[in-house]
Amino acid sequence: MKISGWSLIRLYTILVYVFMFAPIVAVVLLSFNPEQFGSFPMKGFSFRWYVKLAENDAILIAFKNSLILGSLTSLLVTAIGIPAAMAFVRYEFPGKNSLNTLLLAPIMIPEVVLGVALLIFIRWLQQPKSFLLLLFGHVVITLPYVLLVVQARLVGIRREYEEAALSLGANPFQTFMEVTLPLLTPAILAGMLFSFTISFDDVTATLFWATATNQTVPVKIFGMLRNSISPEINALGTVMIILTVSIPLLAGYLSRKLSKG
Amino acid sequence: MSEITKNTEGSSAAPAAEDASAPHMPPVKPPMVQFKGILKKFGKVLAVEKTDLDIEEGSLVTLLGPSGCGKTTLLRMVAGLETPTEGDIFIKGKRINDVPIHQRNLGMIFQNYALFPHKSIYDNVAFGLKYRKIPKEEIREKVLRALEMVRLPGVEKRMPGQLSGGQQQRIALARAIVIEPDVLLMDEPLSALDENLREDMRREIDNLQQMLGVTTIFVTHDQREALSMSDKIVVMKNGKKQQEGVPEEVYNRPANHFVADFLGHSNFTSAVVQGREGNFVKVELETGNILLADAPGDWKEGEEVEVVVRAQRFEAMLQEEFSPDGQTNYFEGKIRDRSYMGGEVSYFIDMAGGKEVHVISMMRSRIYGIGNDVVVQVAPEHCHLLPLE
Repeated sequence: MKISGWSLIRLYTILVYVFMFAPIVAVVLLSFNPEQFGSFPMKGFSFRWYVKLAENDAILIAFKNSLILGSLTSLLVTAIGIPAAMAFVRYEFPGKNSLNTLLLAPIMIPEVVLGVALLIFIRWLQQPKSFLLLLFGHVVITLPYVLLVVQARLVGIRREYEEAALSLGANPFQTFMEVTLPLLTPAILAGMLFSFTISFDDVTATLFWATATNQTVPVKIFGMLRNSISPEINALGTVMIILTVSIPLLAGYLSRKLSKG
Repeated sequence: MSEITKNTEGSSAAPAAEDASAPHMPPVKPPMVQFKGILKKFGKVLAVEKTDLDIEEGSLVTLLGPSGCGKTTLLRMVAGLETPTEGDIFIKGKRINDVPIHQRNLGMIFQNYALFPHKSIYDNVAFGLKYRKIPKEEIREKVLRALEMVRLPGVEKRMPGQLSGGQQQRIALARAIVIEPDVLLMDEPLSALDENLREDMRREIDNLQQMLGVTTIFVTHDQREALSMSDKIVVMKNGKKQQEGVPEEVYNRPANHFVADFLGHSNFTSAVVQGREGNFVKVELETGNILLADAPGDWKEGEEVEVVVRAQRFEAMLQEEFSPDGQTNYFEGKIRDRSYMGGEVSYFIDMAGGKEVHVISMMRSRIYGIGNDVVVQVAPEHCHLLPLE
């Protein structure tokens, strides 16, 4: 085989992929390692750490917290995001552009700043840290994504659909429910997924907001890492990877299937 | 209103006589749609200048003009999708400025069909009926009948994406007529269709409109659509109504340069009125030639005017075969260019005085070549005068 520029590029590409995915693969492999201290080659195959994980109440609670938090965040954020996107795309009002930029700003502000800012804010309100605060924070972080996705889709839905419905006698609310909302469904699903996954694996801001009783999985992992590197974490990481990859894939498959009717 | 009274008995009598015979007369109906002093501004931009317009019940009225002339804005104001800045709109004699669109009972047809892509054809056509408190069984009957009317029976289970553009527009038509609207509004409904499909669809809309007798406002920039379908054409430009009349009138008696230019192929040249000769007006063209024109009205001697002649009204023939007769206007020239268009030929002829004339002649046995010396003649009835703008 001749060595040409193209084979160098191929090699380089492979190396980039190895660099990106090797650590993840290592985590997944080591989660099946029976030994306490991971080293290659592995000395067998076991579900030992998964069993231990399933028996770890603290992790299970954190898992439940994360699921509840992620679900509530995605529900709340779509409930806020859809009407907001409608307003920004379909209506004219003074200050529209500045308001839109303001709502998208959390994407650009470092999460550390957001985390501290929200803490200072509730200190000023003289409120304790709570689950509500965490939920509120996650809504702030994920709202821009939902807004962007829904707005982009809404721009693509021609006004004629709505105008046709109105001319046929549907009032504005019926028009929204019968025409706009069904056409928005793919974007809404995508927005919910985005917000769920972002909320599910956010660490930085959540570290500031979480209390001892409402820790999320990533925060829990972070805490466990400070004490020792237990192979349990590998098992937990593997579960997280499977969840965060398979949920969007499943949702994409479902929405394609639904839209085909 | 005068249009209607003209057709009834004894209309030439004085208004008092009309009153006396009132019990025997059908009640005078107000126009189906009436614009009174309508004006529309978008910000500081004047989209429609103060406009009055009556649309009689059962007629098909075309708003014709280039893009940006305000025709669509006018249509959207009837629909309730735009609010007039000034003036009032009446439907069936009732002021509807403040009636929201979904209570106006209108049918709308859009350029891009606007069928709901997530609903079946049946649900699309039934959409308007759902909001009209009609029993399910009756909805079904009406939908199936409407689909038959647009000659697409049996497609009710399909989705809009599975139909061709022409079929989709027919479904849109069915969806609009099934609710028995007071007014049917069509915004360039044929523009998205292929050329050959457009003609079929145009005839279909025309037939359906006449069969149902539904008052229709049709917006287009295509003069052929306007001329072939309309009971009345309203020509617009820059938000201003240029002329309003039956197709023959607008085509044959254009009110101004713009209308003459926009409809059909016209030749223009400036001229000075010299006086009358018999029934005709004698003018001197800028090339020095004398021309007789059929122009009713007062034209003063020395007045500067514009002469309009349709390209189809000219007749070209070889010089050696020409013999002048009677009052026909004729000029000599040389063919500079021609384009063959199948059924007809376009000649561009340099006239003796330096003016170029566009002549369209229906194909006869022979096509003249570039460089041929020809005589171009036109009867005075086909020469019209416009005041110089």
